[in-house]
Amino acid sequence: MPDPILHISGLEAHYGDFQALYGVDLEVAEGEVLAIIGANGAGKTTLLRSISGLTQNDAAMVEYRGEGIGALRADEVAKRGVALVPEGRQLFPSLSVEENLIIGGQIGRKGPWSLEAVYKLFPILKERRAQQSTSLSGGQQQMVAIGRALMANPDLILFDEISLGLAPIIIKDIYAALPGIIGEGMSALIVEQDISKALSVSSRFYCLQEGRVSLNGPSATVAREDISRAYFGVE
Amino acid sequence: MEWVNAVVQGTLLGGLYALFAAGLSLIFGVMRLVNIAHGDMIVLGAYLGLSVTAILGIHPLMALIIVVPCMAVIGYVLQRSILNQTLGGDLLPPLLVTFGLSVILQNALLEIYTADPQKMNAGSLETASVSVGGLSLGVLPLLTFAIAVAVIAALQWTFYRTALGRAFRATSDNQEIAQLMGLNRRHIFGLAMALALGVTAIAGIMLGIRTSFDPSIGGGRLIFGFEAVIIGGLGNLWGTLAGGVILGVAQTVGAKIDPGWQLLAGHLVFLAILAVRPNGLFPRISG
Amino acid sequence: MNHSDFHVTRSSAATKAAAIIAILVMIVLIAAPWWAGRADMRLMGELFLYLALASLWNLMAGYAGLVSVGQQAYVGFGGYMLFALTMFGGMHPVAAIGVAGVLGAIIAIPVALLIFRLRGAYFAIGTWVIAEVFRLSFAQVSSLGGGSGSSLPVGIVRSLSESRSGRESLSYWLALGSAVIVIAAVYLFLRSRNGLALTAIRDNELAAGSLGIDIWRTKFIVYVVTAALTTMIGALIFLQKLRISPDAAFSVNDWTAFVIFIVVIGGIGTIEGPIIGTLIFFALRETLADLGTIYLMVLGVVAIVIMLKAPNGIWGLIRARFNLELFPLSFRVKQSNSSKGA
Repeated sequence: MPDPILHISGLEAHYGDFQALYGVDLEVAEGEVLAIIGANGAGKTTLLRSISGLTQNDAAMVEYRGEGIGALRADEVAKRGVALVPEGRQLFPSLSVEENLIIGGQIGRKGPWSLEAVYKLFPILKERRAQQSTSLSGGQQQMVAIGRALMANPDLILFDEISLGLAPIIIKDIYAALPGIIGEGMSALIVEQDISKALSVSSRFYCLQEGRVSLNGPSATVAREDISRAYFGVE
Repeated sequence: MEWVNAVVQGTLLGGLYALFAAGLSLIFGVMRLVNIAHGDMIVLGAYLGLSVTAILGIHPLMALIIVVPCMAVIGYVLQRSILNQTLGGDLLPPLLVTFGLSVILQNALLEIYTADPQKMNAGSLETASVSVGGLSLGVLPLLTFAIAVAVIAALQWTFYRTALGRAFRATSDNQEIAQLMGLNRRHIFGLAMALALGVTAIAGIMLGIRTSFDPSIGGGRLIFGFEAVIIGGLGNLWGTLAGGVILGVAQTVGAKIDPGWQLLAGHLVFLAILAVRPNGLFPRISG
Repeated sequence: MNHSDFHVTRSSAATKAAAIIAILVMIVLIAAPWWAGRADMRLMGELFLYLALASLWNLMAGYAGLVSVGQQAYVGFGGYMLFALTMFGGMHPVAAIGVAGVLGAIIAIPVALLIFRLRGAYFAIGTWVIAEVFRLSFAQVSSLGGGSGSSLPVGIVRSLSESRSGRESLSYWLALGSAVIVIAAVYLFLRSRNGLALTAIRDNELAAGSLGIDIWRTKFIVYVVTAALTTMIGALIFLQKLRISPDAAFSVNDWTAFVIFIVVIGGIGTIEGPIIGTLIFFALRETLADLGTIYLMVLGVVAIVIMLKAPNGIWGLIRARFNLELFPLSFRVKQSNSSKGA
């Protein structure tokens, strides 16, 4: 296996008095697509928040390209090439579609992604570029959210529940676009409740249950019953 | 004709009030902070202008070149060192900390400059006037109004046409997600306060040329600025200018009825508008 | 284990001890005219009036979330009502104080209807505008001295008591009584249904609303009651000063800034906070007041540091350390020591 781009060891994360993660270990190899699955409240979103710096922990718990980034702020993590497509899209309502994309790219990292590249990937956004982002449909908003993350030309991109609240046909479109996105040499971490979708686009997966890794392995060969046991915790 | 004159003079006075209000409006828009010390910052701007003109012997308007950046630096440092610590969900810390700042600033100015009223000397600019349609308009009030329009146009442009403005709006919308875009909100807030105090410096110097001032008048200026913001509608910069004009006209027309009624008339018009249109006359329109 | 060994109570050993000490302190304080000097009594009278103002401001800001920087409106209104009712209405000063309170409540109703339209910090500045309107309006009333103010006629002062020491004792007792009444009123209010609603709102406004608590009405009641009591305190303050002017009556520094500092330093949102804060404020004032403006700057710095580093004030630090509460407000679960059980 090539050198890991992300190495998480013994990650413990808290929300106030509530502990959301208990000693999570995880690795993402350079260029790899990893799926994180698990039930509601298993700690998936907390894991992504901890990686992206929205939740701060001990520096050494999250290592990115050999550097401990667990204690950095989100803007410092972003500048190192980690982008997050947040759950629920969370576009900036007072910015237009194009401004939402531009602000994603203002970190100024070099790479294949630019306004033109994003518009080529999602042509509908070019038509709607001047509109307020809140006037778009859910699927189009998700495209903006993905485009906004890509504009930063990240080396590691984190997707949080990108299919949540979208119509199946739109989910299909977005997942169809994913290989083209990740194929640019990026590593990706996909958090998804739809297990088969997650497994179909990833090479390996981790299953979280109540803040702990309950199962991990290659996505292609995992047995269904192993997953449901790891997912629900039923013996 | 006397009444027309009162309305015109009030309109021009409104330019000064819009300058008082612009900084208040800006920081509320970006970080939902209401700075109780804002009026004292205006007075600080006036005193800095006074010192600069006295030391360098330059015209008060030239002093802007030094005082505006000075105030901007003060704003940035103040935001990063103290005010950022007060921002969270809770209403009390920012309110009480800026209230404390107000008292500190007022008494520091009192200690340094004494309670004697001061005024900046702008020479012939103070008395010059032009005659328009039978009305005699002071050049200074006209200039103040023009500066107010220019400042608000510049703020509007900054907000909607520049990367800084985009960062302000994004941070105002959602601080966490803005952070993910590589924007450090503490720095962004620092820049917003720097910009706000830069504008406040202009307001302070125009105030100090127009009338005499002493360390105790900050509270009153805060109230005028606040009234202009609320009359115009929160978050609308051009509305703030309109609010300033309405307040100014109310005051000059009130003074025309009875000199003792000048300030009272302004407050009463504000309260009447609050009763009828609680969101102001021009509540925020998107875009 | 028999669960009847446990019971829920508000009182604790500390609250019982505090009650006994409070009664003893009250007896000593009531007797002050027989043991304290004239200057000390004046100082204590002023201290009690500040304590009352601080407790009222704390009820609004610390419990109801109504941060006002305009309570000087009611202090000044009370002062002017005392002068007007005694000078033109021929009322006895003590009766005038009571009537002033009623008038304060009446005028607070339209004021609240208006400024409750402003949210959060803008509400605060709105209260200041109201105070300015009051100040400018009273400056227009020439029969009360206009902008330069007026003095309380000797005849009215005499009607309190013929002797000077009699007047001083009476005004001391009035100040002491007002502080006790205000603190008792705040305490009883917080224990009442409305008080519980208030605590719920402070803890979570959204949740309280969804539980069917009428937030607007609760805050409205607090505002009006506080205004009435503040007006009465204002009348008392100017009964001691015997002279009133718009600038003194509606001073934001004297009646709001100091009060806010007292509450913040002592501990906002607790009944004990304003008491501690008032004692600290007067201790500082008596030792540093010669420094003039420097003293006020120090006060501002102390308040900012406390707000940033210890937002629950000095009482908050004490309470966190010793789990102490002098006024029994929160419920505690207790195990009965009685071996018989219930």
